[in-house]
Amino acid sequence: MQNILNVERISKSFPGVQAVDDVSFGLRHGEILALIGENGAGKSTLVQILGGVQKAEAGQIFLDGEPIAFASANDALQAGIAMVFQELSLVGGLSIAENIFANRQPVGALNNIQWRSLYQQTQEVLHRFNLDLDPATLVKRLVMGQQQILEILKAITTNPKVLILDEPTSSLTQAETAALFENIRALQSQGMSFIYITHKLGEVFELADRVMVMRDGKKIDILEVAEVSENDLVSRMVGREIGDIYGASSADLSQDEEYFRVEGFAAKSSFQNVSFGLRRGEILGLAGLVGAGRTELARSIFGIEPRDSGQVVLEGEAIDIKRPQDAIEHGIAYLTEDRKRQGLFLDMHVAENLIAPLLNMFTRKTGFLNFPEVEDHAVNQIERYGIATPSTKQKVLTLSGGNQQKCMVAMWMGLQPKVVLFDEPTRGVDVGARFEIYQKLRELTSQGIGIIMISSELPELIGLCDRILVMHQGQITGEVLKEDFSEELIMSYAAGIMNQ
Amino acid sequence: MNSNNGDLLSRFKQLAALREFIMVVVIIVFTIIMSLATPIFITWLNIEAILMALSVEATIAVGMVILLISGGLDLSVGSTLALVGVVTGLVLVVGVSAVPAILIGLLAGLGVGLVNGILIAKMKINPFITTLGTMITVRGLLLILAKGRAVLNLPDAFTVIGQGRLFGIQYPIFVLTFLVIAGDLLLRNSRFFRQSYYIGGNEDAARLSGIDVDLVKIFNYCLVGVLAGVAGLLLTARFGSSSVTVGSGIELRVITASIIGGASLNGGEGSVLGAFLGALFMGMLANALNLLGVDVYYQNFITGLILILAVVFDVLNERRKLSQ
Repeated sequence: MQNILNVERISKSFPGVQAVDDVSFGLRHGEILALIGENGAGKSTLVQILGGVQKAEAGQIFLDGEPIAFASANDALQAGIAMVFQELSLVGGLSIAENIFANRQPVGALNNIQWRSLYQQTQEVLHRFNLDLDPATLVKRLVMGQQQILEILKAITTNPKVLILDEPTSSLTQAETAALFENIRALQSQGMSFIYITHKLGEVFELADRVMVMRDGKKIDILEVAEVSENDLVSRMVGREIGDIYGASSADLSQDEEYFRVEGFAAKSSFQNVSFGLRRGEILGLAGLVGAGRTELARSIFGIEPRDSGQVVLEGEAIDIKRPQDAIEHGIAYLTEDRKRQGLFLDMHVAENLIAPLLNMFTRKTGFLNFPEVEDHAVNQIERYGIATPSTKQKVLTLSGGNQQKCMVAMWMGLQPKVVLFDEPTRGVDVGARFEIYQKLRELTSQGIGIIMISSELPELIGLCDRILVMHQGQITGEVLKEDFSEELIMSYAAGIMNQ
Repeated sequence: MNSNNGDLLSRFKQLAALREFIMVVVIIVFTIIMSLATPIFITWLNIEAILMALSVEATIAVGMVILLISGGLDLSVGSTLALVGVVTGLVLVVGVSAVPAILIGLLAGLGVGLVNGILIAKMKINPFITTLGTMITVRGLLLILAKGRAVLNLPDAFTVIGQGRLFGIQYPIFVLTFLVIAGDLLLRNSRFFRQSYYIGGNEDAARLSGIDVDLVKIFNYCLVGVLAGVAGLLLTARFGSSSVTVGSGIELRVITASIIGGASLNGGEGSVLGAFLGALFMGMLANALNLLGVDVYYQNFITGLILILAVVFDVLNERRKLSQ
């Protein structure tokens, strides 16, 4: 039987990274193909090309035997490929009906919307999917789960030949997920084909016919779901060489006591029941897939995001952190994963950035800043952290990614913190700067500073950390000690397959 | 939800949640209170005065609210209003007859809208800055054209549209009524006009849905320009002369009326009916304060308070609904 979709040698690159590398595969008529891979494997870019949102640089795509070249998402929609993104595209101020049939409302001769027909069609769609909702309800009155289902209905009502779903169940309850799966199977039996991206391997086995694994932009394998095991999938998702740029761990930690403890942290939609301790000089890794709740947890510890419950104990004292200022006063530093938008002041110069969390330290009694001291401090930090910049007055915007990151590190280390929360330390950083950052982290630990490091790169975690905690959907599913480090093991915890 | 009673109750709750409904209630209550305070309030003469004053602001509000819904903003309407008055006036005094003169004036309004629209939609310049710039530029332009003085003694064939009556009701009130009804019907029922909601709600998603975002934006700015022109013509006809200072500050009142009527500066919400009710309420308030002999300065103070209250009410309401 001919494939509904034939993808041949598709490639796409962005500055600095080959997002999709010579990928070829076929989607059979009426099949549900699961697409899995680590963060950054290229899954989203690939489906965006299929959906007309991005253009491929090389390769061919055939829909039902015909070659296609989409200029826009609308083209793809007309041809029969619909996409459901993770980010919602609904308009809160409009009704369910007008969202499902966005810009496709039935109209009369004067371009006037035929409301009865619209509401009727909407009611039918809602009914078919067992949703007890009034088509006139404004979308902003619905909960996230319902909105996500609407997003899917929006695509389904265009009667596509191929429906691409990107992690559709991330905000759905168990019941909503089950209902969704029933509907997908029903549509499948009517001839619709699906590409289903998910991080939850359990869903692959529940729903899909075949599964395709991607890694580093390449297609690794495409297998019949009935013929694989979870471990087969995990080992294919992972599988990279670990070089030795991580250096050696600081001296023997076994005697060191726990000096920082997080107990019973919970925040309704992000994480529950998180407790762990940190020893002096330890690098504790926090692994997990996107959406596992690691960043939310770190931000909550630091006082940026509220939490429902939880206690922080530092050096034996229970400390109350309600705002970042509290955390900073107690010597806790948080380095964000999004340095450009949340970490640095791109339009200001290096010196100004370096003192940002330390303004009090450089303010005289009169309230004026002590510029000579600021300058001295900046010069010192630039040297200590090897920030490549012609002067202290250089705008941070002009620095390379690696140097920007070093700048952010220097900024926070000026605080002389006791605990460092580091979110994605080497995202967007070249190899050379990575090495330097790893060295600096080792230096800090040798001074007794404990580091909690969130990272999506397994080799980095395994190379640097003394211990790794793994989170899955807001809970800690595993604690892996150094002697047991293995990518497969960590991935299993991260995907929720294993749970201690 | 299946019994008839439950259905009726929930429909009533939905209705009551509408900003327009709340506005109507507020206006009715206000009218009752005012007519007790001073019986003149409810006479036809007074109502006509309110509506005549309203005809300028509400006309522009019809277009402004559609623009706000699509996520845009136009600060230059006051200047456009005056420009069209001046252009039409100048053309009339050199002997052009009324109808072509009106069309030429409206064309000037369209021109301003087109400039705004292209700068904002195609060159992606911030609407606030763009229309601030055109506001100042157009005001300067009309001063140049009018050589700094008012254009006086406009012919009767033209001034009749501002001063004449049909069935005893002055023309501007008809124009206002027509525009509000047409505007509301179109915004509620025309697929093309409703695209503004999608654009204001989520511009990227609107594009992905196949909406020609740039076209709609340019259309909206042109619409506002033309409506500002219509308002300018009504005003000029009423006074029989083109003033060069008229219209300053009207943009903020028009935006205020739209927001009181339910529009949001973020886009995606609002209605023509709501904007009209907002303008009506502001007009009634000004009129009432006049009748009561209250200092004119209080009007701004009270209008500002109402605007803040309306927005705070909105924010609290949304938070309450989200936490349910």
